[in-house]
Amino acid sequence: MTKRVHVETRINGREVDFLCEPGQSLLEVLRDQLHLTGAKEGCNNGNCGACTVILDGRIVDSCLVLAPEVEGREVTTIEGLAGPEHLHPLQQQFLEHAALQCGICTPGLIMAAKGLLDQNPAPTEEEIRLWLAGNLCRCTGYDKIIRAVQAAAQQMEARV
Amino acid sequence: MVTTTRPSEKTTHKVIGTRPIRPDGVDKVTGRAIYGADVTLPGLLIGKVLRSPFAHARIRNIDTGAAERLPGVRAVITAADLPDPDKGMADVGEASATYRDLSHNVMARDKALYQGHAVAAVAAESASIAEQALALITVDYEPLPPVLDLVEAMKDDAPLLHEDLRTNELGTLSDKPSNIAAHARFLKGDPAAGFAEADVIVERTYTTTMVHQGYIEPHASTAYWNADGKITIWTTTQAPFAIRDNVAVLLNVPVSRVKVIPTEIGGGFGGKLPPYVEPLAAVLSRKSGAPVKMTMSRTEELQASGPTSGSRTHVKIGAKRDGTIVAVEASLAYEAGAFPGSSVRFGSLCMFAPYDIPNMQLDSYDVVVNKPKVAAYRAPGSPAAMFASESALDELAERLGMDPIELRLKNSAKVGTRMANNIPFQHPVGNVKVLEAIRESDHWRSPLPESTETRKIGRGLAMGFWPNAPLKSSCFATVNPDGSVTLVEGNPDIGGTRASLAMQLAETLGIPYEKVIPQVADTETVGYNDATGGSRTTFTGGIAVYELGQDIKQQLIERARILWQLNPEDAIVYEDGTIRGPKEGQQLSFDQLAAQLFKTGGPVVGRASVSPKHVGFAFGCHVVDLAVDIETGKVEILRYTAAQDVGKAVHPSYVEGQIQGGVAQGIGWALNEEYVYDEQGRLVNASFLDYRMPTSLDLPMIETILVEEPHPPHPFGVRGVGEVPIVPPLAAVANAISHALGHRFTDLPISPRRIIETLYP
Repeated sequence: MTKRVHVETRINGREVDFLCEPGQSLLEVLRDQLHLTGAKEGCNNGNCGACTVILDGRIVDSCLVLAPEVEGREVTTIEGLAGPEHLHPLQQQFLEHAALQCGICTPGLIMAAKGLLDQNPAPTEEEIRLWLAGNLCRCTGYDKIIRAVQAAAQQMEARV
Repeated sequence: MVTTTRPSEKTTHKVIGTRPIRPDGVDKVTGRAIYGADVTLPGLLIGKVLRSPFAHARIRNIDTGAAERLPGVRAVITAADLPDPDKGMADVGEASATYRDLSHNVMARDKALYQGHAVAAVAAESASIAEQALALITVDYEPLPPVLDLVEAMKDDAPLLHEDLRTNELGTLSDKPSNIAAHARFLKGDPAAGFAEADVIVERTYTTTMVHQGYIEPHASTAYWNADGKITIWTTTQAPFAIRDNVAVLLNVPVSRVKVIPTEIGGGFGGKLPPYVEPLAAVLSRKSGAPVKMTMSRTEELQASGPTSGSRTHVKIGAKRDGTIVAVEASLAYEAGAFPGSSVRFGSLCMFAPYDIPNMQLDSYDVVVNKPKVAAYRAPGSPAAMFASESALDELAERLGMDPIELRLKNSAKVGTRMANNIPFQHPVGNVKVLEAIRESDHWRSPLPESTETRKIGRGLAMGFWPNAPLKSSCFATVNPDGSVTLVEGNPDIGGTRASLAMQLAETLGIPYEKVIPQVADTETVGYNDATGGSRTTFTGGIAVYELGQDIKQQLIERARILWQLNPEDAIVYEDGTIRGPKEGQQLSFDQLAAQLFKTGGPVVGRASVSPKHVGFAFGCHVVDLAVDIETGKVEILRYTAAQDVGKAVHPSYVEGQIQGGVAQGIGWALNEEYVYDEQGRLVNASFLDYRMPTSLDLPMIETILVEEPHPPHPFGVRGVGEVPIVPPLAAVANAISHALGHRFTDLPISPRRIIETLYP
């Protein structure tokens, strides 16, 4: 058996450590060891975006990140977005706009959209479409997702 | 919001037609909802499948010894570990299969019939051990010539997939083996006489390739075969009861020994109706004594789960100079994949259903080829067939110099018109109204942008038809002391049906939507329910919750009678959530009565089981504007509008969502998606990088027009809405490109390569 690696990191604001095989992906560790199953596996090769998480402020496909790479870094997953009694504006607006049907791509899309709004608080439709082009949704045709992101941007703008 | 609703009558509904937040919404935006692959159990093993590298090969021998000896491997199985069932017909939704074919598809027996066909499976203590074990299994294959082309497959001297397959030739079994599983025909009137009267005839052959449903969640199932013989399966499926029944037959156990617990489901579109890994996980569990989880990779999904057929359709239409269509003829051949059972007959039924045509002959051929066995895909059979018929109608309009909407209106079917199968439209249908809605739309009335030297602009229009499937639903509900109602139903929620069923029950009972708490139950908790499919859940499930509501209302009336000490003949009415007695001021709200149920005889539990006869037929009409870059061959969708007769939109946002999602899949089918095989039958684009589905950047906003022509047999006028929107985009896009470039495109996908090869031959 391959020798396992000890990794210390921060996930959703809390110190976390785990043992993993050097070749294991962050997605595998999140799902199978840490039971953070909000990140989904749709393709396991970086083409669908269902496993999107935020790593040091940047969105990544967690299936393409080796788990040992997150040593000393900061990971945010969909589980880290809502407070105990309130949802993030993106989560709220996805619900208000019926921007999900089956919901499997939703965590990845919300994390990707958060990555966008964190650096561009008022994106145009074109900017949203370009940014989210790495996240496949097969149910919605994207229309309501784009509108939900626009509404969330407005809600966050109003709050500032 | 660009969405328009055109209600046909003033509505008095309080809940139906509103847009509340779905009950499962918070779990799905926070990542807490449990989908197929999220299931875990103590002592869980991971199962993996060894798949054939050959598209067609005899399996001489399988040696699993080395794999079995690998530390950490707990079970290895082949087809020898599965019973070989007979040829009874299995329920796999809107497609067909015998149990024997289903079993041989789940695990190859004597022959591997497509690349990716399962030949063995292992269960191990980790995924990496399972993969190492697969590499240790030796299979002795005798490769055979693969049959990959429809025309070649149908030839008399083609290599045979199944030596015992004989054509069902118009109802009679032929005596010679063939790859043609069935030839069926719809005949109406006298086509030859009809064509003799025609002034104009258009005639062409149209083709499509296999495309995949493309749900983002791969198949994932966990099974535990307990020592007492009980099999529990957690799985992502559209059809928990059909999975239960199919697994029981495939494993030769009574239905009572199989319990299926549906997880949340990450898309299906028909692809999550048949069993794939469920029976394998169960047998691996029996052999290992531990629960086994199996998930399919994306490559396995594309290679080995059901896509929809590639097709070849020849169509001929004859019309008078004034646009009256006098006759049609069509011959459709669909790839069934490795086993018979494509939806070609549905395709032939649908293709001219919007029109009243006196003379028709529609021949359909179901053909086996060395590709994966097809599964249902959203309005199965209709998109490819209507790509042909609606393209041909567009060409006819061009030839006649007629507006494409006027041509369609002139020939529209109406109540009483018989479809190709001789079944008449018994109730009002919306085919005329959707055409009128598009004719009056801002989109249709807006001029097209000007073409430039390198950017050619075109507009295309097409209709779509799908009959929908009512099938069976059952449910029950309990009235709680706080006035809430717990609804237990049996259809996995693939796109907001917890909401649409809760809304219809709330409307029936006259209580707020938030008071209804819907649950999707397993196969031992609720009565039988057919699949979430056939656009049936909100339709038939809606009838079920309406009947259930009537049952609850009747029981509440009897409880009020007890409280008020009234006689059986005293009139008590239930109206809008309030129960009124015969005396002045004698009334109780739903909540007040709910709080007193325990002292009037205990809880109130309502139930319903329905099997409606009259389904509401679904029609849509779409228009698209697009630009073709003639230097790169890339097509940009500029504007898209879809009008659909939805009967009654229960939750308009989710109805719009169904339409928009269907349009996106149809555009993908028209422009980019295709199964590309090499000469050996190997799928060369088995990943989401190379199997190119539309991204957010490929589409504009999709405008929807909800036409509401109520379907009278449904208590709220609902029609199924989910499937028909995938039908029109294929022809609409092709027609628009044909107009932009002045060349008729007859083969999908109209990819950049095809455009460039056509423009610069």
